[in-house]
Amino acid sequence: MERLTMSGSVRCILSFSLIIFLTNTSIASDRKFNLGQIATKEEIAGWDIDVRPDGLGAPIGSGTALFGEEIYTEQCAACHGDFGEGADRWPPLVGGEGSLASHDPEKTTTSYWPYASTIYDYIYRAMPYGAAQSLSYDETYGIVAYLLYMGDIIEEDFVLSNKNIGYIEMPNKDGFLLPDPRPDIMNTQGNPCMSNCQVSTKIIGKARDIDVTPEDE
Amino acid sequence: MKKNKKNEVSKFTKLNRRDLIIGASSIGAFSLAPKKLLSEEVNPENLPPNLPEWTQYLGDGVDVNPYGMPSEFEGHVIRRNVEWLTASAESSVNFTPLQDLEGIVTPNGLCFERHHGGVSVINPQDFRLIINGLVDREMIFTLDDLKRFPQTNKFYFLECAANGGMEWRGSQLNGCQFTFGMVHNVQYTGVKLSDLILETGLKEKAKWVLAEGSDSSGMTRSIPIEKILDDCIIAWAMNGEALRPEQGYPARLVVPGWEGNMWVKWIRRLEFGDKPYMTREETSKYTDLLTSGKARMFTWVMDAKSVITSPSPEKPILSKGLHQLRGLAWSGRGKIKRVDVSIDGGKNWKTAQLHSPVLSKSLTRFTLPFEWNGEELLLQSRAIDETNYVQPTIGELQKIRGVNSIYHNNSIATWLVSKNGKVDNVRLG
Repeated sequence: MERLTMSGSVRCILSFSLIIFLTNTSIASDRKFNLGQIATKEEIAGWDIDVRPDGLGAPIGSGTALFGEEIYTEQCAACHGDFGEGADRWPPLVGGEGSLASHDPEKTTTSYWPYASTIYDYIYRAMPYGAAQSLSYDETYGIVAYLLYMGDIIEEDFVLSNKNIGYIEMPNKDGFLLPDPRPDIMNTQGNPCMSNCQVSTKIIGKARDIDVTPEDE
Repeated sequence: MKKNKKNEVSKFTKLNRRDLIIGASSIGAFSLAPKKLLSEEVNPENLPPNLPEWTQYLGDGVDVNPYGMPSEFEGHVIRRNVEWLTASAESSVNFTPLQDLEGIVTPNGLCFERHHGGVSVINPQDFRLIINGLVDREMIFTLDDLKRFPQTNKFYFLECAANGGMEWRGSQLNGCQFTFGMVHNVQYTGVKLSDLILETGLKEKAKWVLAEGSDSSGMTRSIPIEKILDDCIIAWAMNGEALRPEQGYPARLVVPGWEGNMWVKWIRRLEFGDKPYMTREETSKYTDLLTSGKARMFTWVMDAKSVITSPSPEKPILSKGLHQLRGLAWSGRGKIKRVDVSIDGGKNWKTAQLHSPVLSKSLTRFTLPFEWNGEELLLQSRAIDETNYVQPTIGELQKIRGVNSIYHNNSIATWLVSKNGKVDNVRLG
């Protein structure tokens, strides 16, 4: 990026004063454009709510399943059911253990989610639906503890806290494969069959017959 | 029901143009069928040698529509959703009407929407972007700050990883819009993250970035630093105007070629760290479950894909003779190199014409002229990208991934053209 040009003498004076300035504040030393402000600790603290699997970022607080059940009943049960079984089209939160390899897998916090930290992070940032970030830290720990208790992952009097959330072992923690193996289909090297290809052209299904497509009107 | 509709239409055709506008709007902007029928209805009095009615009076003056809208006869060209898919409209998705679009640019008002906590309403004066974590200087930027950085202008497609997700087990939705419409393509204006980082500096240990939205879902995704430095953008404009509210106004993240969920809208924060954050979206969602019960994680790239937009279930063939088959192809790995089209279910293929511009990680338009004499057709298109990746069949995908993946179905679709010209989404096997 070319900045507006300055006369040589002005530039000389400016860079001289800049050197004096920089010796006092190393902070500005490497900034290329001098745009934006240094963020304050308070500004960052208000928005920095993420919690990592190792517990980094977990705010100070704690809760048990017993305490969490009360909050859950008030704040969560209307959509997710009294025992996390789900209601209408709102998702179940627990159950589905052993279903992942079946025809109808049930992916819940306790059957599928690999880290307890993720449950805390998500509930605190996005729930209750429509009242995001209204729960206290303790209430959030309590709700997570209640879910983990219903999934037989902790006892009902276990005190879940910022100190131990990074150590909870989830049943499906080894259920994920890395790295991405795609492209996993590469059998034609850019030269696929162009004529008389051996493919089945038998119609085995029609969307029209399933009849779930929305219609105008 | 059908009979009533016919009566309505014949009543309308007798009205003059002024009445017609009022009449059409009194039916309601949300009732599409009458409008659609009106635009298909021919009024012989407007045809030569007669003088059309619009020739005989003055039309609207300037500023009647200070922000111009499409013709009233295009009222059917709208986003549509599938209500039974989700529990609430605020955490839901709708679909781009690909079958009605030409070229490669998606008009801003037709770009599909995917929200997790509704559309945030943000005064740009109140917008702030915080960059914190493993940087030399933790910083905060206003929108005006961002606009003063060097600017980039790039076309990119954005595709939801679940596009076509309802079709893993069989053909389910009978429409081009519902099976392929979770994609759009616009020109983004913004600042490259590699430039923003020149301002904050970067600690050597920084390997991952948590991108966080300010909407009521607090959308978060982890993105590896290599991608961030390669081509990611903080964008504030699309197709020449400010981002639409539903696309993240006033600023969003652009992650070219990678799944749409990562393109965090209403962006408020980028945190640099040494490990991924394992957010809800990248663990419980957007992981691809295999038959073994294990799931692939961090499947970011959108593989090459194509779709025939016309003929399609929404665009039947109405007459015999010459037609232009139209379609779109795209790849998250670069440019589209070639698109082949079959009219016999994949036995024989012809290479279609690609229309310029052919851009990397952008929708690419293809066409192919064909004669239709009333015979049954099985239409397919097959994209090949510059890495020589060939768009697979659903059978090839199912063999490796099973049917419970939900995400990343980039397989070839089949449109059955019947002898009456109607078109159906079908599965071959």
